Amino acid sequence: MTLTQWMPFIVLMPLILSGVSALLPGKTAPWLLAFATATASTILAALVWLGLGPEPMRYAFGNWAPPMGIEYRVDHANALVALIVSGIASLALLWGKRSADQEIPERQGIFYALFLLALAGLLGITLTGDAFNVFVFLEISSLSTYALVAYGQDRRGLLAAFRYLIMGTIGATFILIGIGFLYMMTGTLNMADLAERIPAVADTNAVRAGFAFIIVGLGLKLALLPLHLWLPNAYAFAPNVITVFLAGTATKVALYVMLRFIYTIFGGDYSFGALPLADIMMVLAVAGMVVGSWVAMFEPNLKRMMAYSSVAQVGYLVLGVALVSIIGLTATFVHLFNHALMKAGLFMALGTVMYRTGSARIEAFYGVGRQMPWTMTAFALLGLSLIGVPATAGFVSKWYLIWGALDAGQVWLVVLILITSLMAVVYIWRVIEAAWFQAPRDQQSPVAEAPKALLIPLWLMVALNIYFGLDTRLSLGAAEQAAQVLLGGF
Amino acid sequence: MAALPTLAPMWVIAIPFIGAAAIAASHNHPRLRDGLGWLASIAFFVAVCGHIEPTMSGLGATQTLGELLPGVSIGFALEPLGLLFALIGASLWLVATLYAQSYMKHMDYPHLARFFACYAIALGAAAGMAFSANLLTLFIFYEILTLSTYPLVTHSGSEEARRGGRVYLFYLLASSVGLLLPAIIWTYAATGTLTFQSGGIVDGHIAPHWVPVLLGLFAFGIGKAALMPFHKWLPSAMVAPAPVSALLHAVAVVKAGVFTVLKVVIFVFGVETLSDTGAGIWVSWVAAFTIVAASLVALTLDDFKARLAYSTVAQLSYVVVGAMVATPLAVIGAVMQMAMHAVAKITLFFSAGAIQVASNRKKIQQFDGLGRVMPYTFAFMTVGILSIIGLPIFGGMWSKWYLLLGSLQAEQWIVVGALLISSLLNILYLLIIPLRGFFAPAAEGVPTEGLHEAPLAQRIAMGVTAGGCVLLFFYPEPLYELAKGLVL
Repeated sequence: MTLTQWMPFIVLMPLILSGVSALLPGKTAPWLLAFATATASTILAALVWLGLGPEPMRYAFGNWAPPMGIEYRVDHANALVALIVSGIASLALLWGKRSADQEIPERQGIFYALFLLALAGLLGITLTGDAFNVFVFLEISSLSTYALVAYGQDRRGLLAAFRYLIMGTIGATFILIGIGFLYMMTGTLNMADLAERIPAVADTNAVRAGFAFIIVGLGLKLALLPLHLWLPNAYAFAPNVITVFLAGTATKVALYVMLRFIYTIFGGDYSFGALPLADIMMVLAVAGMVVGSWVAMFEPNLKRMMAYSSVAQVGYLVLGVALVSIIGLTATFVHLFNHALMKAGLFMALGTVMYRTGSARIEAFYGVGRQMPWTMTAFALLGLSLIGVPATAGFVSKWYLIWGALDAGQVWLVVLILITSLMAVVYIWRVIEAAWFQAPRDQQSPVAEAPKALLIPLWLMVALNIYFGLDTRLSLGAAEQAAQVLLGGF
Repeated sequence: MAALPTLAPMWVIAIPFIGAAAIAASHNHPRLRDGLGWLASIAFFVAVCGHIEPTMSGLGATQTLGELLPGVSIGFALEPLGLLFALIGASLWLVATLYAQSYMKHMDYPHLARFFACYAIALGAAAGMAFSANLLTLFIFYEILTLSTYPLVTHSGSEEARRGGRVYLFYLLASSVGLLLPAIIWTYAATGTLTFQSGGIVDGHIAPHWVPVLLGLFAFGIGKAALMPFHKWLPSAMVAPAPVSALLHAVAVVKAGVFTVLKVVIFVFGVETLSDTGAGIWVSWVAAFTIVAASLVALTLDDFKARLAYSTVAQLSYVVVGAMVATPLAVIGAVMQMAMHAVAKITLFFSAGAIQVASNRKKIQQFDGLGRVMPYTFAFMTVGILSIIGLPIFGGMWSKWYLLLGSLQAEQWIVVGALLISSLLNILYLLIIPLRGFFAPAAEGVPTEGLHEAPLAQRIAMGVTAGGCVLLFFYPEPLYELAKGLVL
């Protein structure tokens, strides 16, 4: 079999094996299966990414030739996203065994089956070259994610999951309506085919409406302010391993799809010409950056705080797109990569503390710095990456964003990026001061350092954050390729 | 000197970092920990000395690590100014090790392994800045220096220390991220490079009317140079134990700030460009204001370390003034001031700590008559003060001399005035302290019975740095030649 024939297995493995996982008893077997599957997908995604030539890699399912059949179409942009998604899933599982054992006492087979389904859905969205297929996988990942969020021990998780369900379904419906409009006007669902046929009908209200529906629907999935309301509670009340996984993947995939529609299907000229999309995105991105960081500074629940920080980070991602330049788009992709690393790591650190203390409230972190020095040192280093301190991955992202803004002559954006970075200092430092300088509360019994099974993956994330802050050939190179592919069209 | 090995720059920088890891690992073995502290500082000093000969003969070592951004690598390149900064840090670290080990034990501080590990990291970061081949590498180590000194400032863990630490971190991070980083990115966007070159890199790439703006971003963004209004962090950092104030907030951190200013002026803008266009004049006025204002504030303060902190703010602006006036003589004065002030001010902070150890006094009012009890400490303090005022037979005279000559040559009367007023104020707010210590009757209700001199190790440390002040008066040539080589 050639690499092209292996490529669909990135999605198929988790999809098929999720059924097997559901049948497995006990705690170790399903975890092992899920971890092995995610790792295999990661390796395969890495091989595909390395093996890509200048032409996209195409695989037609069941030998039905596109545009009739469904095809997978992989270029440097979605290969990178697939690698990020599967890689973060593996890292989340590597870390999450002990945490999940504590939070989900029984029926873990189903839990890991849902995890694999969500992973398969996200990877499917990423790799497919068919617009309707995007919707199908979106639903697969969303439905399993709603269930996963509800698995949390906190009963409020149920309400959060329900809210997520409502909002997510509205988003998916918008996307479906949009795709329906496009199908009505062009008679095709294949992305490459759509890209060829849309220019002929571009100047119609139906296409414009379809475009608008899709962007709004994806904006919801992406948690772009003001469509972010589902995210903080979903992240806060989900089991920790799920929060780690979602924080590094879900919004990233939504952004990728948005970029695919904007650049590949409609084309940059149409997207930014027919609608004032760049202006709208810029305003929303900046609002997300400021509001997300602002709320994070005062949020007493640290998981929610990090979730609001994610709203701000989505703002950075979208800002890169709104700059409509190669530097801006490179900034988006490199931040996609770096933010997955830092935020997954930060949620791991919070989850590691919660493994001992059982609470994500800031009072539960009082004095933890002395009791769990390794965990909190890792948190501090990952926090520095989030702030964008040099020699961490976050710095490279900030550098490109600021460079992109300067290049576009938007000095006020530079100022805003810097102000929101300083707000990140405030909300990270709140935790550090609580952990090291506050005396533990009286009723709180002292806790021991976390087990090695949690610490080692956590420090692996720290090492990755520092490595990609010093050696950027891999991350920046991949981001530049991805940006060029998108700007160049299919 | 030729016998000394010349290590690759990266390994010189790595010595303190490796030392820090070893010190942290030996937290249960105090003797081993102290031994490692000595080993790291001696090895570092020898390694830096090994670079003197090649660098001064124009063959400074270079080394390039991975490329971080297109066209910008993490790299090191030794040149005389950086070597001088590294030498100041390395030699004073030796003295400070002697002092700090004695001080921290006498004051019963906990968590000494963490303390000495962060101490070593700070020195390593300073060396990294000194050897940087470009602005980005320098910026990385600049931030490492900020973060590694935060645990030192907050070492006691008290509410006051936390508040001080918060101000410290906020000022240094906000200025560096908010102003310095945009200045660096602006330079990168305009010139496509960040590599230090003699003669500068911005000439011809940035419109003349933007040059003063960019220079201002750099000058204020380098918060460690403590130009007003970004000086607040320095007095806040005085909650730290005395050895931190001595080595870091009189030498490594603040000198890192003015070193960066000099480096930017000489190797990014170019001395000639600045002196021809006068782009730096407005910053030199701000610095002149800082000199006078900080001296006036110092007059009003009763806490000895706080007064020394404001004196440092003023003295740092001497360097900034010299760099911004940018005539060759002024730059020579600025470079010499970097060394002269370091040696003198560390003596003063040592004496502040020694007085605390011996008598637990911090307020100047309580020093009356103490000089008769602690004659050595107060004598060494006087030497440091006289050097800072700039009187002969003390090294500080030379830097003031060249700064004044350079400003006269450039006909910067505001700057000349500020320098003269500041010297007078120095006498008022510094020299008065040992005078009262020696000659005033003991303060009422503050008995001097039972008090005695500071421990021997601390007296030796003060003696060495005070001796350095005198030595630099009689042998300023190497320093002068080094500074001259930078601008001519």
